[in-house]
Amino acid sequence: MNAILLVITILLGIAMIIAALMAIHRERSLPIAILSAGLVSLLASVQFLVLAAPDVAMTEAAIGSGLTTFLFFFVLGKVRRRKHD
Amino acid sequence: MIKRFSVFLIMLGLGAIFLQLLLQYLPDESLNLSGRYYAENTASEVGAANIITAIIVTYRGLDTLGEVTVLFLTAAIVGLVLSRDQSQPRVKPADRPQPGELLSIGTQLLVPLILLFGAYIFINGHLTPGGGFQGGAILASATLLMLLTHPVKRFSHRLITRLESISGLVFVGVGMLGIILAGGFLDNRLLPLGEFGELFSAGTIPVIYAFIGLKVGAEFSSMLLKLAETEDN
Repeated sequence: MNAILLVITILLGIAMIIAALMAIHRERSLPIAILSAGLVSLLASVQFLVLAAPDVAMTEAAIGSGLTTFLFFFVLGKVRRRKHD
Repeated sequence: MIKRFSVFLIMLGLGAIFLQLLLQYLPDESLNLSGRYYAENTASEVGAANIITAIIVTYRGLDTLGEVTVLFLTAAIVGLVLSRDQSQPRVKPADRPQPGELLSIGTQLLVPLILLFGAYIFINGHLTPGGGFQGGAILASATLLMLLTHPVKRFSHRLITRLESISGLVFVGVGMLGIILAGGFLDNRLLPLGEFGELFSAGTIPVIYAFIGLKVGAEFSSMLLKLAETEDN
């Protein structure tokens, strides 16, 4: 049981690093960076759940991967629209 | 080149620090003193099945009041910075694409469910994981979904402001009543503790957490609304 848990947490950590690296991959596009930030938060919330902290996982999922991702897209849309005018 | 090299050095240093922390880490064999106290006495003293909620709302209730105050200040500052001159005629929003059918139908279906789920989370905060802050954030995500579907539609600011202030007042009021009628500020034994594990148990914790949830939801929603209402001129 403990060994399986350890493997899962390590895999989740590696997945988080890969998701974070996606943000700075070759051509730097802001939408991809925002999406990968959301992905890191989502994986982090799964990590919290695996590590027996469901309260923290819930906050991370709702705020980290939900609200902030959309907020960033919202602001990005506004900035782009202003640039076009 | 030097910049890249210094970044690399900083990363290496951070890695060394974390590696040292990892190598020195030893898991605790038993709970420490305060942890053991909470684990043993929460059920009899506070009556909440979720120990984390008991700590957040009762044992460390004052800290939660501070947290709520910080969030309130943030919402107020966002409102102050993004506030629009009300006397100016509103600029007509530029032609935006209509929300697709998927988004509008999905919003109609999902918003009530999301609101219900948020309310479930903060009302059951003393029994299951979650609580006021999580539930409030989920409520705000329903607002966000509505904003995405109808970016032009305006929400009632008065309702949100009233909801926010009334919730804050009730939270502090219940805490004050605790001084007079029970053991101290934010003491939850104002109401009977009830049966362990029931919905209406743990004294005033469900009441306080429901109002914290409404307050947090209203604050996040007002921030999102303020952001959405800054016109593109």
